[in-house]
Amino acid sequence: MNLREQTKMQSPAEFDSDSKGPLASIQLLSGEPRRKLDARFRGLCVTIAAVSVLVLIGLLGSILLQGVPSLSLTLLTGGPEPDPSEAGIRPAIFGTLWVCSLCALFTLPIGVATAILLEEYQPRNRYGRFIYSVIQLNISNLAGVPSVVYGLLGLTAFVSMFGLFGSRTSQGGGLEIGVRYYDQFFSEGMRSILVPVSDPSQPVNKLVNGMQGFDSRGNQVAINVIPIGTPLPTGDELRYTLYEDGEAGRITKKAWYHFSLPLGRGVLTGALTLMLVILPVIIISSQEALRAVPSSLRDGALGLGSTPWQVVWHVTLPSAMPGILTGAILAMSRAIGETAPILIIAGIVYISRAPQNLMDDFTVMPLQIFNWISRPQEEFHAIAAAGIILLLAILLSFNALAVLIRQKLHKPLS
Amino acid sequence: MSDPTTLANEAAAIEPRPRDGRQTHFTHSREQTSEPTTLAIRVRDLNAWYGDFQALHAISLDIPANRVSALIGPSGCGKSTLLRWFNRMNDTIPSAHARGSVNLGDTDLLSRTTDVVDLRRRIGIVFQRPNPFPKSIFDNVAFGPRLHMKLSRTELQDVVEWALRKAAVWDEVKDRLASPALGLSGGQQQRLCIARAIAVGPEVLLMDEPCSALDPASTLAVEDLIFELRRQYTIVIVTHNMQQAARCSDQTAFFYEGRLIEVGATTTVFTKPKQQQTEDYVSGKFG
Amino acid sequence: MSSADSLATPTWRGDLDDRVSKYLGRSQRSLKLVRGRETVIYVILIASGLFSLLITGAIIYVLAIETVSFFKSDEVTFANFFGSTTWNPLLGGTKSFGIWALICGTMLVTAIAMSIALPLGLITAIYLSEYAPRRVRNVLKPVLEVLAGVPTVVYGFFALMTITPILQWLHGGFSVYNAASAGIAVGILCLPTVCSLAEDALQAVPRGLREGAYGLGATRFDVSVKVVVPAALSGIISAFLLAIARAVGETMIVALAAGSLAQATFDPRQQVQTMTGFMVQMASGDVSNYGTEYYSMYAVAFTLFIMTLALTMVGNIVRRRFREAYE
Ligand SMILES: Nc1ncnc2c1ncn2[C@@H]1O[C@H](COP(=O)(O)OP(=O)(O)OP(=O)(O)O)[C@@H](O)[C@H]1O
Ligand SMILES: [Mg+2]
Repeated sequence: MNLREQTKMQSPAEFDSDSKGPLASIQLLSGEPRRKLDARFRGLCVTIAAVSVLVLIGLLGSILLQGVPSLSLTLLTGGPEPDPSEAGIRPAIFGTLWVCSLCALFTLPIGVATAILLEEYQPRNRYGRFIYSVIQLNISNLAGVPSVVYGLLGLTAFVSMFGLFGSRTSQGGGLEIGVRYYDQFFSEGMRSILVPVSDPSQPVNKLVNGMQGFDSRGNQVAINVIPIGTPLPTGDELRYTLYEDGEAGRITKKAWYHFSLPLGRGVLTGALTLMLVILPVIIISSQEALRAVPSSLRDGALGLGSTPWQVVWHVTLPSAMPGILTGAILAMSRAIGETAPILIIAGIVYISRAPQNLMDDFTVMPLQIFNWISRPQEEFHAIAAAGIILLLAILLSFNALAVLIRQKLHKPLS
Repeated sequence: MSDPTTLANEAAAIEPRPRDGRQTHFTHSREQTSEPTTLAIRVRDLNAWYGDFQALHAISLDIPANRVSALIGPSGCGKSTLLRWFNRMNDTIPSAHARGSVNLGDTDLLSRTTDVVDLRRRIGIVFQRPNPFPKSIFDNVAFGPRLHMKLSRTELQDVVEWALRKAAVWDEVKDRLASPALGLSGGQQQRLCIARAIAVGPEVLLMDEPCSALDPASTLAVEDLIFELRRQYTIVIVTHNMQQAARCSDQTAFFYEGRLIEVGATTTVFTKPKQQQTEDYVSGKFG
Repeated sequence: MSSADSLATPTWRGDLDDRVSKYLGRSQRSLKLVRGRETVIYVILIASGLFSLLITGAIIYVLAIETVSFFKSDEVTFANFFGSTTWNPLLGGTKSFGIWALICGTMLVTAIAMSIALPLGLITAIYLSEYAPRRVRNVLKPVLEVLAGVPTVVYGFFALMTITPILQWLHGGFSVYNAASAGIAVGILCLPTVCSLAEDALQAVPRGLREGAYGLGATRFDVSVKVVVPAALSGIISAFLLAIARAVGETMIVALAAGSLAQATFDPRQQVQTMTGFMVQMASGDVSNYGTEYYSMYAVAFTLFIMTLALTMVGNIVRRRFREAYE
């Protein structure tokens, strides 16, 4: 208001043009059009600002409209069933949980360490300074690399590991621990016997009489093979008796610590790939948090005879922690919503259960949602909308947490 | 307590960490200039630069032990630069470098091989603005001892109390040791910072305009403290306040544009300066 | 020793002083140990700093070797890749790898997105920085933050399920998958990026410049558009470049809404395929891991990487220059 009045006062319209002052003969430009322009521009600004609010309302509104009717408990508990009424997002929720917590576990230390290096340890000479500026520029460029490119990097560097460890197939291959292979022989009546396999690269074993195996109760037995057409024995013997044409298949049992190289399309690969995406974000936000710590605190600690790391550990890092955590949470919410790199490394596969070990196949929430959106049936679109509501709710609570930390933990530093 | 011999014994007992050789630097004189003093810091032909800008030109200066030395001079004349070379705080500024020699006893303070961490423990520093850590009062004072010494909980408490008492804030904070240091007043914060510096048992205390951010009452408290601490520490104080320099220092050095113009007993510098520039400055004609 | 001095000596001295001087005289913590730990930590920090360089190196290495295997294939020629506008990697008989079809699609979507995001983002930034009262800021800022935080797959859904029907209702010529709808969604996605980066740039302009202009009787419009914006121009340009890079690399929206038919068209009603869209198509179908079409994914990614890298690099350098000018 003040400024407007000021302009009005100075505007030439206020001059008395009849007075015979020295300026009287000069044709003064009127201030009126400029003020009109100003008002119009302000109007334009307000309109545009309102548009962005409307867009957000439209976005959330349309999703709520389509998704709310499909919100149900089945969505939380079910798997990605082909029948829309039974479909749920539970395996994807667990996948997101696994991948994102692993990702945070890897990214936070590396990201914060890099930020500490760049902000707290000054380069010692010209070469050091040069390397620092290269790293710094590199980080801001990495932040601009499309996430889908990181997906391709993950595909080569983690999934197949440049082919260095051979390729892993369902027949094994590569280096593995925590996995056992069995040939499973079936016979009618739901009886099955597991025969341990020592070399998984060999084809499935032929059924031989007297073969050692484990029956359905886990007892070790010698398999009794009988010709087709022979009547089945009764009693205990039935448990380890199979017809000679008994069907066989290779199965694996994996321990929780199952690990293999190359890493394949498992949870660990997902986490490592997301790490690549999130790392620059975390580095940049941690750097900002560290930069906000007043240097007088560092001087104080140094003046007491602290080593550089003691300064960081006892003074800078605790002071920067709220900022670092806020940045980390926002970065994690980005990781939760990240779809493209996961899609590249994991593909679209049917996953019906939560991951059991680091190598287990997985899907994540946004990927499951993408999967549903790309189906032709309308019903799946509604479920996708419901899934989006769930995803947005999680993200919003993350953001709320970040705001809370910013407010609660943020103490004045000087 | 009034028995002079007891006091002298006490003074010997208070002496921080008597270590071989260095012990001799400390004599506990109470009178201003009557006793002969030993040398604490010896500066010879010190030149210092920030990048290409030379901030100090050929400074040679002796800082006597257990005395207060004041560095005065107009803004930008290099007082802080000199002070920060004494404990190598300038190492944190990439462009800063220096040539010449600065010695504390037998230690060459500028040498690359000198352990700056150990050095800064021996030469404490107090800054212009109080900079307590955003921790409790206790943790602030305990910060240094925790880094440098293995102390039990009760021993640590003793050290903290001792340092706070020496810095003359104990009575004000003893009931709120666990509360945040940032809740203290400016003057209290500055004395807390002095306590924090004392708590590691330094030989020298550097103070860079310790009172410039304080109100007159707090300034007085800190000045008293400086006078009091002189018995055990060598103190170098930078100040813009002529009265302050006159009140609490034994020796005064006047700097102008990176050069040491004059140094001498405070009374001499303020009453019978040898150089015209000094006289102009202390009489307030410029600066 | 005057009596005044001894009076001033507090009574706590003797005992506490004795004890503390004993503690302080005791052996110090081993500096060697501290030193050693310090070195180890420093090495770890440097290693993690170099890790980010390693990532860049790995991206370039991976994309390069796989692209080389792509060009080694008999089905591919440089002339075809860089000279053709037909992208047809999957059909057995008539394979053609003309990258221009994908680049065209990308450029079309990006152009639509930027024609929304750049003006709106800049005006919103000017409004936030120069005009908006605190109350409006407190609403608008969080709105933009939420818009920036929404996962891209959600925008894809929005484009496909809301924007496309609206476009089709407005004009019959829009196909189910079309460039316009994807472009609009990408534009909305980029708007907060443009806005916050541009606002940073505007805020960096010294107050004195504004006050000087107001002092000359300028209106708020004069000050913001004729003084502040020109002063912040390089910062704003860098914001634009970074936003363009973001739009070029945007994946899920185009994968969902733009379609999967690579064609060199500038008709926003048509379906197009972008570079990122092609990669998603490859990843979500089951293509063997070794065919030419698999490697073509890397060649496309390499092209995309170089485009976005150039944009972000220039953007970041301009931004750094701009910041230095005002610091
Ligand atoms: N980090 C730095 N980089 C470059 N030049 C500096 C730096 N610090 C100080 N200087 C320059 O060195 C000279 C001496 O600075 P110094 O801080 O020692 O002055 P001072 O006597 O302490 O002044 P004041 O009384 O204002 O604190 C000044 O000209 C100053 O501009
Ligand atoms: Mg100074």
